[in-house]
Amino acid sequence: MRWACILLPQLALDGVLRAHPDPEAPLALVSGTPQRRVLRALNPAAKALGLRPGQSLSAAHALTRDFALVEHDPAQIERWEQLLAAWAYGFSSQVSLRYPRCLLLEVESSFALFGPWPRFEARLRRELAALGFRHRIVAAPNPVAARMLANACDGLAVTSQEELRDALGRLPVDRAGLDRDAATAFVRMGLRNLGQVLALPRDTLARRFPAEVLRHLDSLLGERPLALECYRPPDEFDLRIELNFEVESHQALLFPLRRLTADLAAFLASRDSGVQRFSLHLEHRDLADTLVPVGLLSAEREAAMLFELARGRLEQLQVPAPVRAFRLQARDLPAFVPERRELFDERPQQSLPWEQLRERLRARLGDAAVHGLAARADHRPERAWQLDGASPSPPLPSGATRPGWLLREPLVLRDGSVRILAGPERIESGWWDGADLRRDYYLVQTRCGQRGWAFRAVGGEGPLLLHGWFA
Amino acid sequence: MGAVVALDTLLNERRVWKGQPGTQPAGSDQPTGLDALDRVLPGGGWPEAALSEILVAATGLGELRLLWPTLARLTASAERVVLVAPPHIPYPQAWQAAGVDLRWLALVEASGRDALWAAEQCLRSGSCGAVLCWPQQADDRALRRLQVAAETGQTLAFAYRPLEAALNPSPAALRIAVDGQPAQLRVLKCRGGLAPAAPIALAR
Repeated sequence: MRWACILLPQLALDGVLRAHPDPEAPLALVSGTPQRRVLRALNPAAKALGLRPGQSLSAAHALTRDFALVEHDPAQIERWEQLLAAWAYGFSSQVSLRYPRCLLLEVESSFALFGPWPRFEARLRRELAALGFRHRIVAAPNPVAARMLANACDGLAVTSQEELRDALGRLPVDRAGLDRDAATAFVRMGLRNLGQVLALPRDTLARRFPAEVLRHLDSLLGERPLALECYRPPDEFDLRIELNFEVESHQALLFPLRRLTADLAAFLASRDSGVQRFSLHLEHRDLADTLVPVGLLSAEREAAMLFELARGRLEQLQVPAPVRAFRLQARDLPAFVPERRELFDERPQQSLPWEQLRERLRARLGDAAVHGLAARADHRPERAWQLDGASPSPPLPSGATRPGWLLREPLVLRDGSVRILAGPERIESGWWDGADLRRDYYLVQTRCGQRGWAFRAVGGEGPLLLHGWFA
Repeated sequence: MGAVVALDTLLNERRVWKGQPGTQPAGSDQPTGLDALDRVLPGGGWPEAALSEILVAATGLGELRLLWPTLARLTASAERVVLVAPPHIPYPQAWQAAGVDLRWLALVEASGRDALWAAEQCLRSGSCGAVLCWPQQADDRALRRLQVAAETGQTLAFAYRPLEAALNPSPAALRIAVDGQPAQLRVLKCRGGLAPAAPIALAR
């Protein structure tokens, strides 16, 4: 047993439903020319109304009009396939999209990591269900057999060659993936299942049928290796959800946002990378897209956190026009380094690491709202500090004390309101970079006992300017 | 019927006021760094995992120096200290001279309700050693939220407020007024003990 086939029988419908706010309501996918529109796929609620796939839209409308219509979009299906391939890539390095609406993955080499097949299979099913895709899974010694057995079975796991022959023998001829003419011919010959076909002498088959038939039978039995093109994960994530109605409040965008971030997290986990920056595109009818960039200080990939951060950004936003589609793009996908946690943490259980706290604050207050402080080797008070100093320089040796608070703008002190306690201390610096400064600083005290740090330009006569508080 | 609670437990939790100064515990986990203040506080230091209010008549009366020893101790043991919406720029050289390791200092810029929200988030997260804030219009409810957040995150919370706020009751575990003339500290309220009548001189 080496290959697993994950068949997605309702990929198009599932893809639409998982982005739909009310998947329980009757819904139908339609396709076809404008003159003749045909129902392609239906959810159970729509089937319960008596609608059938293949019905024309007018016939369906004659029955009922209580169902939602969604245009069938082949490009969308390809996008889902890519997403699922990226997801499957997390389980196996050999993933193939050779057959439509189906994933083939080599599983045996992953057993050491994900446990024996039953447990592995359960995990695949659990994650697919969480992603919102109905599926059938079959494992077999070769990819072609896995794919064809999935036509008729679900949950089958074939390990040995004998079992495979057995299982294939029971497969109806018309479901074995043979080309249509050959399959019809076999059925007309009275051969119902593949076992009867395989029992025929090989040379008679070769004489009466094209070479492809024998080739296909050989690959089914694994006697003829199949060259599969393996999926290679893209280096960026780009997913778009078309909204079924025009959304005007960001509240209504939270549901698709949760989907998109969950998909992004699944994609990141499969690539074993994190995301540093991503952007949300809100598409409008007439206006250009609204872009909501979400930046993180460190690479992250946890779905709940990505959602929380994106939500913080989205809630700040004034949507300029109704939104028709919603898209998440992530290009910057650096390697993910799991955060280090203390083994003996003194803090309570629910403690949130500083990095996450910082992200949460930045998401609501803005990117520049959280920063560190560093000293700069400069005598000028205005230049003695910097936010987020990359390499804090050692403070200049200074005999004089500095106040704990520095005012952003010096404040004029009225004459007589302060008493000079000490000074002046002359600060004269900056002649080399144009920001020349010559000041005499005094330690002053106000009537109610506040101590301040005030200056006057050297040689100047004006009032003292308060520049800091010795708080 | 209520559950039987050992009297010692109540006394140790300082939920029952004994009416006379109890024996001081030998050293608190959060000493203020001012011996005179430590001696009069019930726990021998800042109330842990609680909100302390510092009421000042005006900026520049020594209200920062009151906390510097604590901040220096916390940052030295790699605990993060967050200043939420400080009123002015912390002069790095002065803070360094006071022993504060700036690498562990974080500044959050916010205003109004956002500042209260940020302070609450920082307290609740449990990833900070101390959170300092300067609430502009803090009502009883906002202070109670800070107090609860400090308890949840097991973090020291300090709120600087104007002296006029002393007239209103507050859920803070400790309230200290800083006077300028003369330079002194007055403990207005301390949970679990009797507020000392005598002010504590503040060296300048």
